[in-house]
This record gives sequence, C-alpha cells and structure tokens, in this order.
Amino acid sequence: MQLLAKETKINFIGLRKGAAIMSVLLIALGIYSLATKGLNYGIDFSGGTKVELVYEVDVPIQEVRAELEKGGYGDAVVQYFGSNKDVLIRIPLSEKNSDVDSSTRLVEYLNSTNLGAAELRSVEFVGPTFGKELFEKGILALVYSLIGVMIYVAFRFEWKFSLGSVTALIHDVVITLGVFSVIGLEFSLPVLAALLAVIGYSLNDTIVVFDRIRENFRKLREIETKEIMNISINQTLPRTILTSLTTLLVLVALYFYGGDALNGFAATLIIGVLIGTYSSIFVASPTVLALGAKPEDLIQEVVEKEGVDVDDPEMHLP
Amino acid sequence: MNRNPVWKYLVLVLIVAFGAIYAAPNLFQAAPGVQVIADTSRNVRVDQELLGRVSRLLESNDIQTQSIDLSGGKIRARLASEQDQSKARDVLRDSLGNLYPVALADLPTTPSWLQSMGGAPMYLGLDLRGGVHFLLQVDMDEAERKASAAYVQDIRKLLRENKLFNEGTSKTSPSTITVRFKKEELRDKALNLALNQFRELEINDSERNGKFVLTLSITERAVAEIRKSALKKNIEALRNRIDQLGVSEPVIQQQGTDRIVVQLPGVKDPAEAKKILGKTATLEVRMVDEENALESSVRGRVPAGSQRYFFRDKTPILLKKRLLYSGDNIVDASAGIDSQGGGQVVSITLDGKASSINSDVTGKNIGKRMAVVYVEILNEAKLVNGKEVVVKKRIEEVITAPVIRDQLGKRFQITGLNNPGEAQSLALLLRAGSLAAPVYIVEERTVGPSLGAENIEKGFKSVLYGFLAVLVFMVIYYRLFGTVASFALCLNLVIIVAVLSLLQATLTLPGVAGMVLTVGMAVDANVLIFERIREEIKAGSSPQLAIHRGYDNAFSTIIDANLTTLIAALVLFNFGTGPIQGFAITLSIGILTSMLTAIFVSRILVNLFYGKRRLDTLAI
Repeated sequence: MQLLAKETKINFIGLRKGAAIMSVLLIALGIYSLATKGLNYGIDFSGGTKVELVYEVDVPIQEVRAELEKGGYGDAVVQYFGSNKDVLIRIPLSEKNSDVDSSTRLVEYLNSTNLGAAELRSVEFVGPTFGKELFEKGILALVYSLIGVMIYVAFRFEWKFSLGSVTALIHDVVITLGVFSVIGLEFSLPVLAALLAVIGYSLNDTIVVFDRIRENFRKLREIETKEIMNISINQTLPRTILTSLTTLLVLVALYFYGGDALNGFAATLIIGVLIGTYSSIFVASPTVLALGAKPEDLIQEVVEKEGVDVDDPEMHLP
Repeated sequence: MNRNPVWKYLVLVLIVAFGAIYAAPNLFQAAPGVQVIADTSRNVRVDQELLGRVSRLLESNDIQTQSIDLSGGKIRARLASEQDQSKARDVLRDSLGNLYPVALADLPTTPSWLQSMGGAPMYLGLDLRGGVHFLLQVDMDEAERKASAAYVQDIRKLLRENKLFNEGTSKTSPSTITVRFKKEELRDKALNLALNQFRELEINDSERNGKFVLTLSITERAVAEIRKSALKKNIEALRNRIDQLGVSEPVIQQQGTDRIVVQLPGVKDPAEAKKILGKTATLEVRMVDEENALESSVRGRVPAGSQRYFFRDKTPILLKKRLLYSGDNIVDASAGIDSQGGGQVVSITLDGKASSINSDVTGKNIGKRMAVVYVEILNEAKLVNGKEVVVKKRIEEVITAPVIRDQLGKRFQITGLNNPGEAQSLALLLRAGSLAAPVYIVEERTVGPSLGAENIEKGFKSVLYGFLAVLVFMVIYYRLFGTVASFALCLNLVIIVAVLSLLQATLTLPGVAGMVLTVGMAVDANVLIFERIREEIKAGSSPQLAIHRGYDNAFSTIIDANLTTLIAALVLFNFGTGPIQGFAITLSIGILTSMLTAIFVSRILVNLFYGKRRLDTLAI
C-alpha cells in the first residue's frame, strides 16, 4: 500500500514565499498573544496549592464554592474532574496561603463543613520562589537544547544548515506556545517536557531532509540548489508523512486514554508534531537556501560511510 | 546474497533472551508484607535472633507467612492477605516497641532464580504507586549563623581557659569574629593559640584606636564545609525521623547544594509526615532564677543573667540565661505514662557530658527549681507584598519547672506534656536528633493510592492502544516488511522494559508517555529503510540489491536523526525534576534500543525470509 501513489513532484521551494508569510503571521500572532494574554501557568510555575478530593456522593460545585468563601478561600478556583463527586480546588499563593500546610488546613476545613469527609486523591504544592525557579530552568533547558542541536548540526553539516534547523525549531516552539496562549491551555511541567520532545521530533524530520540534500548534492552535480532541495523534500515526503502519522497515532491514544495528567502533554506533542512536520518542509530548507547554501558547502568533506556490510551483494549478483 | 552470518543469529538470541529474562519480573505481582528495621539512632541490630522472634510472634498470632528473610538489615515477611498485613504490623509494633520500626511493604514475588540474576520489577515512581514527595530547602544562612555562633563560644572558652583578659568577643559580620585586647602581648598569645586551634579560619591581627585586635574570618572553604556538613547531618536526622514513621523504601536524597528530596511511597496522609519532617524541636534545661522577684521583671526590669519565659498557660517565670544542656545532649528518649501521676512523660537519657553537668548542678541545688524549655523553630516561606520572605518563628515554652528533690544523673523524666501524641512526637524528634539547619518544604506532590492505580491502568492502556494501532498500520502498509518491523517493535518494547528493570530507573507517568512516544517514533527507522527500498526498486534495482542498498543508505540518516533527538532528551534529563527525568530516561533508552531493533534485528529477519532466494518481487 502507498499513500502517495506516484513519485511526487511538488514545487515546495516555489511555495516558500507563501509559506514564509504564513509562518511570520502565525509567529506574530503567537508573540502578540503571549505578550498580551500570556500563558495560563499551572501551579508548577505559578506556585500555589492544588488539591483533588473525591466525595462519596455528588456535590454541587456552588456549595463547595460557598463553603470555601466562608472559610476565607475567596480566591480558590473549583472545578469538577471526571464525575460530580470529584472536585479539584486550586488556591493561588497569597500571604495567608504560601506554605506547605495550606493544603492540610484546606482539607481539614472542608472536612469540618457540611460537605463531609472526602478522600484525598492528590495534593500539589509549589512554593513561591520554587515555581519561578522551575520556569527559569525550563527556559534554560529549551535554550541549551537549541544550542546543542546547533553545534551538532554545524558539525555534521554546516553552519547554514545549523541555522536553518534552529530557525525551524524556534518557529515550532513559538507557534506551539502561541497556540497554548490563544486557547488558554494550562502550561505545566509535562507540557514543557513535551515541548522539548517536539524539538527532538521536528529536528528528526529536518535532519532526514538535510541528509537527502547532502546526498543529492553529491549525486546530482549539474542541478541547481533550489531544484535539489525540491527533489530531496519530495523524495523524503512519504517518510515524513508516514512517521508523522504513526507518531500521531500513538499521541491520539495517549490523549484519549492517558488521563488528565497526560492530556496537556499529548496535546502539546500533537500540535508540535503537526507544526514540526510543516516546518521541516517549508521552513528549514528555504532558510538554508536563503542563507545561500551551495553544494560545495557539503561535499568538500568526505563523510565516511558507517557500517558498510562485508558481504556486498553486488559482488555476488549474477 | 543477503545472508546472515551465524554470529548474527547468536546475537539475536542473546538480545531476545536478555529482554525476556529482565522484563519477566514485571509479570509477578507484588504481595503484601511487613518489614522490620532497626532504629538507627539506637544501638540495636537486626539479626538472626530477631528474625526468630518475629517469626515466632507471627506464628503465635496465627499469621501465615509465605516467606520470611533477613537481608540488608531488613527483615521482610511476605503474607497472604492485606488483613494479615495490618494484623502483623500491629502485633509486631506492640511487641517490638520503637526500637524496631515496623512498616507495611509491597514485596516482590520475583522467583529466586530471577532474583539471583539481578532481575527485579521496574521501580515505579510515586505518581504510579502512590505516596508523598517533598522537596526541602535547607536554610543555609541559619547553618552558617549557628556555626559562627559556635566559633564565638569556642573562642570565648579558649580565652577564658588561658586567662587572656580581653574587652569582648563579638561577631562583626556574618563571617568575622573580632576580639579586642588592651595589651599587645595578650593579643599575640591569643593569636598563637587561635592559629593552633582554628586551622580552618583566617586569622589576622591589627591595631585600631590604641586597641589590639584579633580578627577571625570564616573562609569560603570553611563555609562550604559548614554547608556540606549541615546537609549531611540533616539527611541523617531526616532518615532517622522517617524510619520512625514506618515507611518501607523511603528515598532521602540530596538535590543540588541546599535541597533534600524525600519520597515516602505508600504514605496516604501527608499531614503526619509534614509535622515531623520540617520540625526543629529541642529541649533546653536551665535553672530557675530564685533570687530575683518575678514581679519586678513583669514591669520590664529583667535582671542581667536572667530572662523571662512563659509556661504554656502563659504564666511567666524567670530563668537563668546560662544553658545547662540541650536536646543535642540527649542520646535516647521515649514516651510513656507516669507510673505515679498517670500523666504523659518522656524519659530521657543524657550523654556523658550532660550527665556530669546534671549530677553536679542537681547535687548542689537540691530544693531549688530547674526548668525544661521546649524550643521549636519554624521556618516558613511567606509571601509578603508579593515577595517571598523566609519567616522564622521561635517558640519557647516552659513545659515543666520541678523542684529538685534528689541528685539526678544520666536519666530523668519530663512531665507536663498535654497528650500522648505530643509526648510521642517529642520523643521521636529528640531521639532522631535535631536538624543541623532548619528546613522548609518548597514542593509537595501527594498521589493517593487510588490515583496511582488509575495512572498505571491509563498508562498501560495508552501504551497498548498506541502500540496496536502502529502494528496494524505497519502490517497493512508494508506487508511482510511491516510484519518484520512490528516484530522489531515488540522486541523493542520488551527491551525497554528490561533495561528499565535492570537499571531500576524510576518509571513515572511521563516516563510511560515517553514509552508511547518511542513506539511511535521507533518505526521511523524502519520507515526510512523501507522507503529507501521502494525507491531502489522504482529505480530498477533487483530486489536483493534494493534491500541491501535500502539498509545501507538509510543508516547514516537514522544515526543523525536519532542522535539529535538524543541531545534533546539529555538536556531534558539534566533539567531534572523527578517525573520529567522519568520521561527523559525512557525516551533516551527507547531511542538507543530502537536503533538496535529497527536496524539490526529487522535486517536479520528480512534476510531470513528473502536472503537465500532469487526474487522477482518484494512484499513491501
């Protein structure tokens, strides 16, 4: 079976201006939303207390709110998760509630109200500076991984390719964050991890295309760079689509069956894989082209082929 | 043609055997059990004799043991049911007292032949098994303050013992101590003595305003040493405290330079643990000031050398400032009931130094009163005007001030405690030793047992469904080659589980997500190869040559693509916090194993099917 019946000959490079406009628009929109609306930080980064309680019978959420109000938790956010027995309560950091005992006090208070006792399903507390620290560390991790990638690609290919791949990655990260900001999805630690995985994934795609470009630079000496890029992207297209498809398959499974805890994680990756696939086709190579890459950039160095089998079949073929 | 040399089959068999053996322990469910350890703060050991005692205790209470053994300082008994488990714990707790903390434990049922090969089930993170995770911040400023205060005491003592009269020893900055002398020769003598005793300090002499000054500075190296030892002592004290809680397999680890991670699997209610972990509670023993009238001090005139304290009911009392001894001198403490009065008591055993002070002071002061002050230091990070401030609260309460009737020695009892819970927890804290520096909790994550079980189920389901979807897709899309890739993928999953089990790396929920993601991405290598083979066929290569070239040409691409993903995974690992590290670990392992299975293993299988024949077409 084949998804693409014939060899494709799509002029991807010819589409680069349109793609660039779209990317710039998406990035601008993302940055605008990030600047004005910002991200909906989960307690991992904003700090605070999150408690999940399971009651034996359905509890009206207004009642929980009213009791919380009475107890001095006017700033609490209450919502159901799963059924009407399961209540999630979030308290932001405040002068009164900034220590680890906030949750203990909250649960003790709620258990003393008319709502009755509930089973404690989970508690999360992140202290004031610790959340900020986690966020800073996360941003640093993003930056470090980009630098690491840049060095590796510059070493294995060349600086124009390195810049092209990193441009595509920044593109992916900014747009994914933008989507998070626009929709208002919660930005938590697992989401950050997923974002780093998106970097890994998108890069994977880009490298496969670059690798083919390098190979074609060697093979097809007569053809101009633009055309070589087109040929390479088309040749790798079935693989690009297929791998995205299998990855999306598992991510959809994760999204639907992984539970609340992995929802944000799976959503980030789904968005990221889609954008990463797009960027490895429409952003990475055009950037490299715009930087003026030539075949000579890559084929001067003789790259040793690794793992050549001893039994070369050509020797035995009739 | 594309034939497999024999060694490749051997390697394949080895890989499959490795995967099967080390993944196998995960098939055996954990059984309920109990665990007995020795309280490390006391001089007791877990030995064969205790093992015998434990088995006899269980037997005489009609509790059947599936197995019982002693290893690594732990006695572990596997039991038939959870009812037996809690019954066993109660029986053992009653008989062994607090010398040997008893904990509920989930014990692996891995067959012994697997165990002997190092086989063990995967180590589940708290988000999968349920439990409490704390990250504690150690207040290092306080550790340094304490250390420099101790230096001031030591210097004063040195000067006093050598009769070097001076005009005062004081801390002039957090890290410098200054002593002023009238005479130069006294200062020089002090300098020599100090140089000898405090080698870790930087010591200078100078002359200021006609005074001869000695300056002792705590060097950076000494500060680093102070911090390191504070962290080490705190970890030790926390371990002692946690052992008393009855938690099997607690994790207490340093993180960074000033933090400690505490993980308590299976603990359902974090409240009790919080009370014990962060607390710095100790006792101070002082004489009551009987010469001066309390009334005058109430009006604000406190005599020099004395200080006003309060009982718990807020009645004031005047105590001497001089500290006789404190909780640091206590070697053992246990809670009990007073045989005469019937109230709560804590029985205390002192170390040698404090015992001699105790017998000396009580001998000379019969008929006078002695006070026991309960001191608790609470550290809390508070938000004040949007900024984080560490608030320190020092609670000092006189819990008892009895009249000395006899000369006391090594042992004595404290009364005046409110309830059994308070006596228990005070005894525990005194026994476990005080914290070298105060701590406060900056992060808590508690996962209840039901949520843990739910997470396992959901994680397992998403791996299974994602995996099946990819298998079906590959078989339909690439036919025989897809089947080969599917086999490689199955093997890959088994090897990931085997490696995780062997390394005993923590499997967290994000780790499971990493596994799912690996499944999706692992086929990438096969897709690369198969697409290459298709291209070769289109270009007119014979099937055998197409297979050969497909594998060969895809190789460097696969390596490049995977290595770059590995870079992202490694950064993720360094970034740190627990669950995310779990993700990075499974992702990294998955990337490495998938290269092995997708390239090496699938090639062997393809050669096995096609290698010996002359082919016209390929099922791809």
